[in-house]
Amino acid sequence: MMETAVTEKERIWAAIAEVMDPEIPVLSVVDLGIITDVQVHGDGQVQVMMTPTFSGCPAIKLMEKQVREAVEQLGYASVAVETNFDVTWNSNMISEKGREVIKNFGLAPPPKYKDNPDLKLLEHTACPYCDSENTTLKTPFGPTLCRSMHYCYDCLQAFEQFKPI
Amino acid sequence: MFNKATLDAVRKLLLFQADDHLIIGHRNSEWTGLGPVLEEDIAFSSIAQDKIGHALGLYSILHEHLGEADPDTLAFMRNEGDFTSCQLVELPIGGYDFSLVRHLFFDMAALIRFEDFSTSSYDPLAKLARKVKGEIKYHVFHATTFFKQLAEGNEESKARLQSAINENFALALGMFEAIEGEQLLVDNGVYKGEAAIRTAWLGEIGAVVRDAGLKMPDAAQVEALVGGRKGFHTEHLQPLLDEMTEVFRVDPAAEW
Repeated sequence: MMETAVTEKERIWAAIAEVMDPEIPVLSVVDLGIITDVQVHGDGQVQVMMTPTFSGCPAIKLMEKQVREAVEQLGYASVAVETNFDVTWNSNMISEKGREVIKNFGLAPPPKYKDNPDLKLLEHTACPYCDSENTTLKTPFGPTLCRSMHYCYDCLQAFEQFKPI
Repeated sequence: MFNKATLDAVRKLLLFQADDHLIIGHRNSEWTGLGPVLEEDIAFSSIAQDKIGHALGLYSILHEHLGEADPDTLAFMRNEGDFTSCQLVELPIGGYDFSLVRHLFFDMAALIRFEDFSTSSYDPLAKLARKVKGEIKYHVFHATTFFKQLAEGNEESKARLQSAINENFALALGMFEAIEGEQLLVDNGVYKGEAAIRTAWLGEIGAVVRDAGLKMPDAAQVEALVGGRKGFHTEHLQPLLDEMTEVFRVDPAAEW
């Protein structure tokens, strides 16, 4: 029976992995690291736990809905998606695949850090286009809450970063 | 875990913090479309969005753990006298100099608070704070960066910063008005209390101001503008609430 339960969970995780971050529509919510737990109870009940990247993220409600629908499509009768702060999200929780996807999308992935991110790191973010570190921070805020804006002196391109938090 | 008197004090603490963040968030959002440069327009708008998120997190704890009304009701259905935000946050945005210094003063205090809250014995607050403090770090980083740049500008930019410091200072000290029951919160490890936060704030702000070559007012000589925590406000809060709640009052079920 244990084996069945694991497989069932894996199917659910795989279904959730099809849901993309609405602000970076190639990045799966699973690679983003915001899905913190999946529980399968008897009689077709599934509970999914999420944690927000930023507390004021306007995409949370939409992602909750999409995650719920993705699991419901597997045929579960009752799917509850709950967002809370039990697990504190940080940018180190983005998977390696997620970092690759972010870079290919044209955003600099957040640098990994220990303990607390040093915001001085933002001053010389590697350019996602040419990998140069001869860059400068233009502003720590960008078009979405999770992005900062930068400029590369080598390839003369403005670019954005998914900022470390 | 906590007795009723302590829980009542927790409620007051969460409410005044939520109110501060909601009102400063609304004021910051008034820079949308008006920023002196595009980057500042975006920064103030993003910070506003974060602040509303922080207010939502705090109101949600009040609702889910302490039996208060839901966050929309708390945010949109109360009158001026029910708000316990400090007066600093309700003043109109004024010029960019005033708003920038207010932003620096407010967020430095917020960072000190939420770092302290992140080890709070009141678990829902500690969990929220561990998230929020990382966001506030960016706000302080933004405020100090621009403050320094303007302090290194010309005579006019220095003079305007100094005036904004002087203008904001008594109001900023009003952030540290103690609430009834504070000692219970300190004794129970909920947070370290206003006096300790004020001392830490004076140290941090003093360093930023002096490093920028500007003059830090002497806190011992300035009377704090208090009253906000007890529901006493300037003439500026009610018009802000009227504007903020306009859509909600026309159609409480509106979705947007």
